[in-house]
Amino acid sequence: MDFSDSPEEAAFRAKAREWLEANATLRDGSEKAQDHFMARDADEVARARDWQARKAEAGWAGLTWPRAFGGRDATPIGQVIWNQEEGRYAVPPNVFLIGIGLVGPTVMVHGTEDQKKAVLPRALTGEDIWCQLFSEPAAGSDLAGIRTRARRDGDDWVISGQKVWTSGAHYSSHGILLARTDPEVPKHKGMTMFLVEMSDPAIQTRPIRQISGGASFNEVFIDDLRLPDSARLDGESEGWKVALTTLMNERFSISVGRASGGARAEELIALAARVQRNGRPAIEDGAVRARIADFVARQRGLEFTSYRVMTSLSRGEAPGEEGSIGKLLLGRLRQEMGAFGMELAGTAAGVSAADDDDAARWRNEYLTAPGNRIAGGSDEIQRTIIGERILGLPPDIRVDKTVPFSKL
Amino acid sequence: MNFGFSEEQDTIRETLARMLGDHATLEVAHNRLDSGEGFDTATWSALAEGGWLGLAMSEAEGGSGMGAVELATLAEEIGRSLAAVPCLPVLCMAVPALQSAGTEDQRKSFLPGIAEGRTIMATALAEGGGLAPDTVSAKVARDRLSGRKAPVTFGAAATHALVAATDEEGTSRLYLADLAAPGVTIRALDPIDRTRPAAEIVFDNTPVDLLPGSDAAAIRRLLDGAAVLAAFEQIGLAGRALALTTSYAGDRHAFGRPIGSFQAVKHRLADMFARIELARSNAFFGAWALASGDSRLPEAAAVARLTALDAVQFATEESIQLHGGIGFTWAADPHLFLRRGWQLKAELGPAAMWRERLLGHLADTPRAAS
Repeated sequence: MDFSDSPEEAAFRAKAREWLEANATLRDGSEKAQDHFMARDADEVARARDWQARKAEAGWAGLTWPRAFGGRDATPIGQVIWNQEEGRYAVPPNVFLIGIGLVGPTVMVHGTEDQKKAVLPRALTGEDIWCQLFSEPAAGSDLAGIRTRARRDGDDWVISGQKVWTSGAHYSSHGILLARTDPEVPKHKGMTMFLVEMSDPAIQTRPIRQISGGASFNEVFIDDLRLPDSARLDGESEGWKVALTTLMNERFSISVGRASGGARAEELIALAARVQRNGRPAIEDGAVRARIADFVARQRGLEFTSYRVMTSLSRGEAPGEEGSIGKLLLGRLRQEMGAFGMELAGTAAGVSAADDDDAARWRNEYLTAPGNRIAGGSDEIQRTIIGERILGLPPDIRVDKTVPFSKL
Repeated sequence: MNFGFSEEQDTIRETLARMLGDHATLEVAHNRLDSGEGFDTATWSALAEGGWLGLAMSEAEGGSGMGAVELATLAEEIGRSLAAVPCLPVLCMAVPALQSAGTEDQRKSFLPGIAEGRTIMATALAEGGGLAPDTVSAKVARDRLSGRKAPVTFGAAATHALVAATDEEGTSRLYLADLAAPGVTIRALDPIDRTRPAAEIVFDNTPVDLLPGSDAAAIRRLLDGAAVLAAFEQIGLAGRALALTTSYAGDRHAFGRPIGSFQAVKHRLADMFARIELARSNAFFGAWALASGDSRLPEAAAVARLTALDAVQFATEESIQLHGGIGFTWAADPHLFLRRGWQLKAELGPAAMWRERLLGHLADTPRAAS
């Protein structure tokens, strides 16, 4: 066991660091809080585009893409190293994660030559921003239950339906859209994937406000969107296969991505030293100490779990069993820590004055955490995946697998 | 970045698993529990013959010169097999204590015997419900030890013991005692896991030999290292409990389908898996810190211990639950794991103790007032 870089990894890190030093400013803690992947306003989008263009010009965009598509042919661990190094700098949010991490690799596998030419270079340079039009009001965890309908009309397709939870749709230029083309076959078989332009007037985007107050995702309404057949990605009725490629790349992007930036358990130690409980500093209270110690132990476990994932990547293996637990445990830990941070405030729990950073910070943690437990596969879906794919337990009995979608 | 085992270490694991699979079956564990014989001398001898007891001793000491990571592998496989052998007190505590705090003479006198399985050196750190160096009332004056240590795991089967006691200046130290010496009274206790024959040992003016490098800080380091290695043993047993239960849930049918296809069962098993893997990640870091002498060992040991305790308790309790009525029977396997889990908890102290060690280390604040 060794935490150091291999010689190749160290050389890659040094190069990345050299370029970053010349082109970006180190974080000094004074930066405004921002999301890693979502822009909050047009200014952040503009800054993100500018940063992406500079990275692309210097060869630091699409690191794991093949050179033939403008990438660097870097290993997954190269991507991890870049993310670690870039994370030390005050850079705008990476709104290109879906385009470069999900859509690009999907188009490389399933796209025509024309589609590759149209999509890949502009995704790399940040000219296009992509969103993922998959989930629907009636199809979240059960993605294959989508109802957005694409019908043939002459040589064209006409698409109508509704998507939801679409992160970044309000500032995206393009979307990868899963639609049902044949409802007379079982649900996984009758879908087709399309590439769409979000500026089409047939597409309306409406931001959804989250319980944390932010609005990073959207409802997307599609009303008679007319597309040429050249917008179809891979074969008719091959949509599920294409979607699985996208989802596999999504898992990969998340596993090499930066941590989601939640609070450190040690911050609770500092907070407990500042507030009183039962007439003395809360940090002297045995129950408080016990909770914080358990949070530290769990958070360390997650951190070292990510090292195990990196080890698999470094050895050129797919992340193994360890990769599946981080997602399941992180959201719950963050939620409990947020709640405990609020509780430490005592009667002031949930109340925040403008100058009370503690209360605002922990309230935000608490109200953001539920999203971690739902987005990208809910806790319940993660447990089923662990149970069936890792432990090899018999699958749930499915009543919908062989029935035509229209009869469900 | 290399946060995993090497191919050589994986080979060690496979060899050990095969060997323990031949000797230490669950049938053997049931027999030991029923008969109260405890110590599985046959498996211990087989480990000695295979050279495994000297794994982490240098060649000069009679061993094969490997380190903490390999020892962790051994501990995990012992845990998985439930072998009734004193891996933790002898290999993970007495040996490192001799190596780090003993004289060359002491090492030469005892390590070869331990490697060959002739010498069983128990570690007597506990008394009065606590552990040295925080709880020590046994005393040594003029090289004579008096006091009561309990529980001493494998104390009823040991030839020697390393005993924590205060010296004439009140400093906690470790002393080597020959359990055949005058003034030693050994009384067998009834541990929750009878495959680990615990004892109360009373010393009355017993001649002992000081480990000169031992003091309170050295005892704490010893406990930290033991906590890391015990975490591997705990993960091994929790993983086996999970595997048994997963297999049962796949076989057992109710309402016309395997119970493992119900989410109420499947998700519980997934939670067992998640807690075990979280504990494994912390244990990996602990093994690295122990092997590399990193200054973060106290923190690494505490988090490894805390998540391992949690994983074992959850996995073994839920293993009984998911087996249904059969899981509550003496003849079934799940309680073997529950018992060993509690035993490993008792031997190095409960979560409350390690939470306080962790927070004391991180926060540098006054201890909680009682």
